[in-house]
Amino acid sequence: MDRRKFLQLSGAGLGFSMLPLSGVAVAEAKLTQSGIDIAVKKELADAALNTATKLGASYADVRIGRYLNQFVITREMKVQNVVNTESLGMGVRVIANGTWGFAATNDMTVDGISRAAAQAVATAKANSRYQEEPVQLAKQKGFGEVSWRTPIQKNAIAMPLAEKVDLLMEVNKAALDSGADFVNSMLFLVNEQKYFASTDGSYIDQDVHRLWAPFEVTAVDKKSGAFRSRRGLSQPVGRGFEYLDGRKEDKIQSQTVLYRDSYDMLEDARLAAEQAREKLSAKSVKPGKYDLVLDPSHLWLTIHESVGHPLELDRVLGYEANFAGTSFATIDKWRSGKFQYGSDKVNFVADKVQPGSLGAVGYDDEGVKTGSWELVKDGVLVNYQAIRDQVHMLGQKASHGCCYADSWSSVQFQRMPNVSLMPGKETLSVEDMIKDVEKGIYIIGDGSFSIDQQRYNFQFGGQLFYEIENGKITGMLEDVAYQSNTQEFWNACSQICDKRDYRLGGSFFDGKGQPQQVSAVSHGSATARFNGVNVINTKRKLG
Amino acid sequence: MAILSRSEAKQILDKVLKYSKAEAASAQLSGSETGNIRYARNSVSTSGIVNDIELVVEARFGKKSGIATINEFSDAALEKVMRRAEELAKLSPDNPESMPLLGAQKYLPVNAFAKSTAEITPDQRAKAAADSIAAAKKQKVVAAGFLEDTRTFAAVANTEGLFGYHASTSANFTVTMRTENGQGSGWAQSDVTDFATMDTGATSRIAAQKAVESQQARALEPGKYTVILEPSAVSGLLGFMMWSADARTADEGRSFMSKKGGGNRIGEKMFDKRVHLYSDPTDPNVPAQPWSDEDHMALSRIDWIKNGVVRNLPRSRYWAQKTKAEPVPRPSNLIMAGGDKSTEQLIKETRRGVLVTRTWYIRMVDPQSLLLTGLTRDGTFYIENGKIKYPIKNFRFNESPVIMLNNIEDMGRPQRVGMGGFSAMIPALKVRDFTFSSLSDAV
Repeated sequence: MDRRKFLQLSGAGLGFSMLPLSGVAVAEAKLTQSGIDIAVKKELADAALNTATKLGASYADVRIGRYLNQFVITREMKVQNVVNTESLGMGVRVIANGTWGFAATNDMTVDGISRAAAQAVATAKANSRYQEEPVQLAKQKGFGEVSWRTPIQKNAIAMPLAEKVDLLMEVNKAALDSGADFVNSMLFLVNEQKYFASTDGSYIDQDVHRLWAPFEVTAVDKKSGAFRSRRGLSQPVGRGFEYLDGRKEDKIQSQTVLYRDSYDMLEDARLAAEQAREKLSAKSVKPGKYDLVLDPSHLWLTIHESVGHPLELDRVLGYEANFAGTSFATIDKWRSGKFQYGSDKVNFVADKVQPGSLGAVGYDDEGVKTGSWELVKDGVLVNYQAIRDQVHMLGQKASHGCCYADSWSSVQFQRMPNVSLMPGKETLSVEDMIKDVEKGIYIIGDGSFSIDQQRYNFQFGGQLFYEIENGKITGMLEDVAYQSNTQEFWNACSQICDKRDYRLGGSFFDGKGQPQQVSAVSHGSATARFNGVNVINTKRKLG
Repeated sequence: MAILSRSEAKQILDKVLKYSKAEAASAQLSGSETGNIRYARNSVSTSGIVNDIELVVEARFGKKSGIATINEFSDAALEKVMRRAEELAKLSPDNPESMPLLGAQKYLPVNAFAKSTAEITPDQRAKAAADSIAAAKKQKVVAAGFLEDTRTFAAVANTEGLFGYHASTSANFTVTMRTENGQGSGWAQSDVTDFATMDTGATSRIAAQKAVESQQARALEPGKYTVILEPSAVSGLLGFMMWSADARTADEGRSFMSKKGGGNRIGEKMFDKRVHLYSDPTDPNVPAQPWSDEDHMALSRIDWIKNGVVRNLPRSRYWAQKTKAEPVPRPSNLIMAGGDKSTEQLIKETRRGVLVTRTWYIRMVDPQSLLLTGLTRDGTFYIENGKIKYPIKNFRFNESPVIMLNNIEDMGRPQRVGMGGFSAMIPALKVRDFTFSSLSDAV
């Protein structure tokens, strides 16, 4: 089986029907077994580091990874699939002759890892013939033997399967009872057990947990042949199963119920079914300029695409030119110190530490302690996202700590940290924001998304659209998508609600690189207003 | 070790199935060796080789099933993996949609293995990158590219008498060339079974030329245009259509293939009469695995759309039984019949239009009409009186492939393109009234 299998959820009209599935299928019980003993990991790591150094590497790091996944997949009152996977192996990365080399193996012996180290050095030397500039690695102090764990209360992967299946069956029943014709619901659970060691003198043991509970309901009007769907508003999180407790204090009453740090899947499914049906008779939007009021459950994706990606330094420099693309946010714009990315209300902060976020870890995948840094300050571009072999290009000395590999067998590279829009400094509620809008649309939930390879022109849909007329919400709209240009859009940001409304959204499967790797990342914001954005009508008729 | 012969694979599969005490069992053995080299800014950035071999065993008791995997093949290991699958099956809930294992299948012989790809060396990969970088330097542009070569085998067997073996090789190369001033960008690709037929230098020269010629692009007003979509531009939209086509979703009323009032649109003429889309694992241009990944059903030539009429939709065995129809396995390749014309000829016969090298970041906007949005990228040109007049700025499109395949003016010669995991033969298409909804500043 290819290491990167694509799990096809056949028959489901889902936006997320193609999911990367790494590792091999294992028994559920395997997910609760403990991994390799830490002393053994250190012995293997040292063998790799010593071999690489002996063969001429000027730097080496090794990652010993055990990656556990559980996917529980259901539709209507059926469990379609339960997939448990485990992937175990080691990857060695070296610098020799000023060039990177990488090799990976699942032969978990001293001989196996030493062979991989030798192969990595040989690859580095072979490629150095075509290397024009030697790698410059930012200095990093060793941390000795340290560890970090996602602060979870309930280990979702270790919970009894029956409990997870029961939850999804209840969710599906609630949706069907509330008017849905179809419902698909899932649980994706991830546990990365990662051990990192490098010639800098770090031995870092980390236990990272993530969870996502998406669903989609569909309502069909057989007579007209129309159908409409509504996806769940849960967000993927760096939390344990406690995220699904749906605590009262985490609920926000809006046009639908919105959620902060925990999620009531059952309630959302009920509402989703009603809303999918309501969509079938909702008014089709009149195209034109509208003031948009964007909920964090929607805005995270716009932030991800139009701020997170363009500020990845490897894209800016052209390393991703052949796949993900480059960036409009070029070095000269940053150097000018005057590039107005957004209005003066707009502040973006990158971080790898926010509790509950997907990006939170203690150390990145090249042994850098994580933290946070400003990307856009008072609307002006001030920094990028960069790792150890990149920061020198910005004249900076320390890595930002956002290096990541999705598997032991993938080479680590710069990946997006959490990138979040800071809440407004002045007290402002969503109700007060809407009161001021004459002609607008309030959008909840993420939908269709597309952006060009330099991140100028984008188009976004959503899950729920509500028309605002003269400060009041007057009803549901359908067929809405907005198109804008990144710089115009963020400069049209006129108001941001205060920190009481700040919430995290995120992506479980952000793709980048060749071969492609996935990573998980969160984006926080409070509800924000954007003036005069172009809205198109997406309804088409087939013959 | 990664690539086993037919007899080596059969021996392991026979042995593991003999250990079965379940009502039925099946096993799949597969291995791959994948090499790659990636470069950017005219310099190699990463390269590597990944080997993998794995045995997947499924045990069945009624509608209960358990799956276990292993990557060692001693007698003890084989017995252990079967016992584990059996234990898992006994513990698992019934799957109401489970279908009995298939009996012996007649798999078509497919020749998809090329020695040159099987024996590719790290030096050859490095040279492939060097040839591309040399092409870039000659035109004073900057190359970023990726070459991935794969050798793979898969063998399947079960206790009902099914056995199959398939070995294949493939190499996929993509390259983006950008001018140093950032004003021009070009892209080209090559997807082959036999690495000896791949010329990364020649492919790179096409991309470099497009980069140079796409500088100083002018802005055209968004609107409806006649377009010539090169094969890679077409495949982006067609891929979405093929992935969305499914009998069950259509019958359930939630697909662009659903019929008003119920049922699906098989038998209806939904497209221009020249549209002929089919799959055939034995096609010499795109040889592919002769069984479906889902349940190992034998694949053979099948029409999806012929003369513009929907002929077939993929249909799982479960749904086939439920709807008293024939099961239709998902294919392993896709072929769209075209004409004999080169892209140059299509341009020559176009009075006014837009040439699109490639489509990018395509996403579903509305599954009801299969409305997709995405952008043009890496070489978009204005055509006037049979000639490329000047480069133009990229557009965002909002268009349904169903509408696109109704508005065909002409078709070019099919070319092989990589299409998200499998290979396809796709012609360039000349299409009228293609909807560009806004301009993009991206180069």
